Amino acid sequence: MLTGWGRTSPVSANVVRPLDGAEVEAILTDPATSNVIARGFGRSYGDAAQRSGGRVIDVRSLDDVSPIDEAGRVVVGAGASLHKVINTVLQHGWFIAVTPGTRYVSVGGAIAADVHGKNHHRDGSFASHVLEFCLATPTGTVSVRQDSDPELFWATMGGMGLTGVITSATLQLMGVETPWVRASSKRFTTLSELMSVMESTDDRYRYSVAWLDCSRSLRSDYRAVLTQGNLASADDLRNANVPRERLAASQPRLRVPSAIPVRLVNSVTTRIINTAWYQRSGRRKLTFEPLTSFFYPLDGIENWNRLYGHRGFLQYQIVVREPATMREIVNNIAVSGVPSFLAVLKRLGPGNPGPLSFCSEGWTLAVDFPIGPDGLSSLLDGLDLFVANAGGRVYLAKDSRLRPELFEAMYPRKGDFEAVRRRVDPNRVLASDLSCRLGIG
Amino acid sequence: MNNAFGQPQSIVAIGGTSDIALEVLTLITSRCRNLVLAGRDDGALSMLKSSLAAATGAEVATVHFDAREPDRASITVKECFDAAGGDVDVVVVAVGELGHQESDEREPPRVAQIIRVNFEWPAAALSAIAHRLRDQGHGAIIVLSSVAGVRVRRSNFLYGSAKAGLDSFCQGLRESLRDTGVSVHIVRAGFVRTKMTRGMVDPPLALDTAVAARFIVRGFERGDEVVWVPPRLQWIMAGMRILPSPAWRYLTRLEMLSRKDAASHRASE
Repeated sequence: MLTGWGRTSPVSANVVRPLDGAEVEAILTDPATSNVIARGFGRSYGDAAQRSGGRVIDVRSLDDVSPIDEAGRVVVGAGASLHKVINTVLQHGWFIAVTPGTRYVSVGGAIAADVHGKNHHRDGSFASHVLEFCLATPTGTVSVRQDSDPELFWATMGGMGLTGVITSATLQLMGVETPWVRASSKRFTTLSELMSVMESTDDRYRYSVAWLDCSRSLRSDYRAVLTQGNLASADDLRNANVPRERLAASQPRLRVPSAIPVRLVNSVTTRIINTAWYQRSGRRKLTFEPLTSFFYPLDGIENWNRLYGHRGFLQYQIVVREPATMREIVNNIAVSGVPSFLAVLKRLGPGNPGPLSFCSEGWTLAVDFPIGPDGLSSLLDGLDLFVANAGGRVYLAKDSRLRPELFEAMYPRKGDFEAVRRRVDPNRVLASDLSCRLGIG
Repeated sequence: MNNAFGQPQSIVAIGGTSDIALEVLTLITSRCRNLVLAGRDDGALSMLKSSLAAATGAEVATVHFDAREPDRASITVKECFDAAGGDVDVVVVAVGELGHQESDEREPPRVAQIIRVNFEWPAAALSAIAHRLRDQGHGAIIVLSSVAGVRVRRSNFLYGSAKAGLDSFCQGLRESLRDTGVSVHIVRAGFVRTKMTRGMVDPPLALDTAVAARFIVRGFERGDEVVWVPPRLQWIMAGMRILPSPAWRYLTRLEMLSRKDAASHRASE
């Protein structure tokens, strides 16, 4: 049984695990193959990496990491996790230029979702650091660079695996002097103050993200914690007396058992956790944090998604241009009274030419909701409409419920994407539950 | 495809002209793009086709079938899936005939027909549906069973025993489909005011179809394997099931007497 990270919409499918790119190509070019999609670590939240009743190509065996050249370029298998890549490159003074909030994603998935991180306002999305990738399609395997086939390159960036199965990629790494981040955090009690501080100070920090408690308390507006940081230099560490050893990315320390009797995330526990987070952040102003704990606070608990119980949860992530639109959305969530876990608010820089790529200039908000409360579905339907009218969009890697007609409104270049698909996959061999649900042809 | 809330994009409703099925459909068609209604009454089907298309915005197709012909059940299922034209996310099976216990029990052909319509045909159809959904890798089946089958009564044991058979069949089917992505939701409904029960006197806990449908959909969306309508029947029937026979006999006799009373009272008005 397959599900996304949110554990909604379980389906069964024929999962195959090829050992190299040639085997992937053999599957895709076999005329008997239909309804096939790639899957890595199953970290997309909804139904992007599954095809009910079809064939799912588990690429995790394609996980080689090549030696790094002097310019910081590395060739990695699409099934390698960022965890593995970091473990290999960090000891040589390199780090992944763009990383999402978990390191347990595959490189192929990071490209297919065109993931972004806390430095999007400075460094763009994952696509900006991919020099070349190898793509197995039903019409053969091609090596794609931005200048060799721009349409296919950009359609694959954020293309949710629907242009083919990525087998390997050449990444441009980022040099780091130390594996530490010099981070500062600041608490806020109003949303508008938080947003104006982010606007005025983000350009001084490479990394910037805010955690927001969407359940408004009676005494204040919204509680938020803004964390900003830069890579720490050796001088920084010397001055601050921080031990200089290079920490390897650690394995998860905790595990959630597969069968927990009750849903541990509910309106009471979210309130407690949100408050605890806010109180805790008040105590540390300027700190040095290892890269891995700075970027991956939740990776310490394996399977934290199980805390949401058997009905699962969803993450709603959207981007809109205007701060006023974002405030309206946060207000709507607060007024609805639907319990939500800590939300993440971040400013994004300009987008890229990917027709299905998520990021565009403005503000993005990601909120976790447990499935179950009445009114959640209609709340999100209403927000979808509002976001679409404001020219914003929902992030497909997180989506598990968007309506097809609103998908078209949010991604007006769907036609360009489908044109590329017609070229590389004329018989529509590639399909996912997401593409069927959203009507991506 | 189903979304994270279990809201289907494609629905097949067999016995789709029944009052309960229609009420359930109004609650689960918010994302529906393909809807197939199968029923016996062609007039009702064509009328519902246009009204449901207007109300839901979905493509609506209809299929004719007769539940007295179990040999054709798999053909009907095939026609329904073909009409849906792709993956089917939810199948509602609301097929049944209440009959008239007192007259039917004296006519063996009528007894056979009640069993056929309430058990044989739905069981044959469900086997075909299960097969298709298993291949497809996902899907949900909502079957209308009845509390009448939980412990049969003197006053309607024909219908009750057929539903008991169907209920047991569905429990087995549900287990056979575990971990295939296909779920079976057995709806054990109490008395619902529908065209099937028209003219009957309301027993305690009688429900309108709209209320019953809300309970059904809530249980379905929660993923309940057995949906009691209304939910408190679960506890009442748990008690009824372990009641000693003399006490059960006494209760059912009281129930028959009160019904006759009410009927004669109504006749004299």
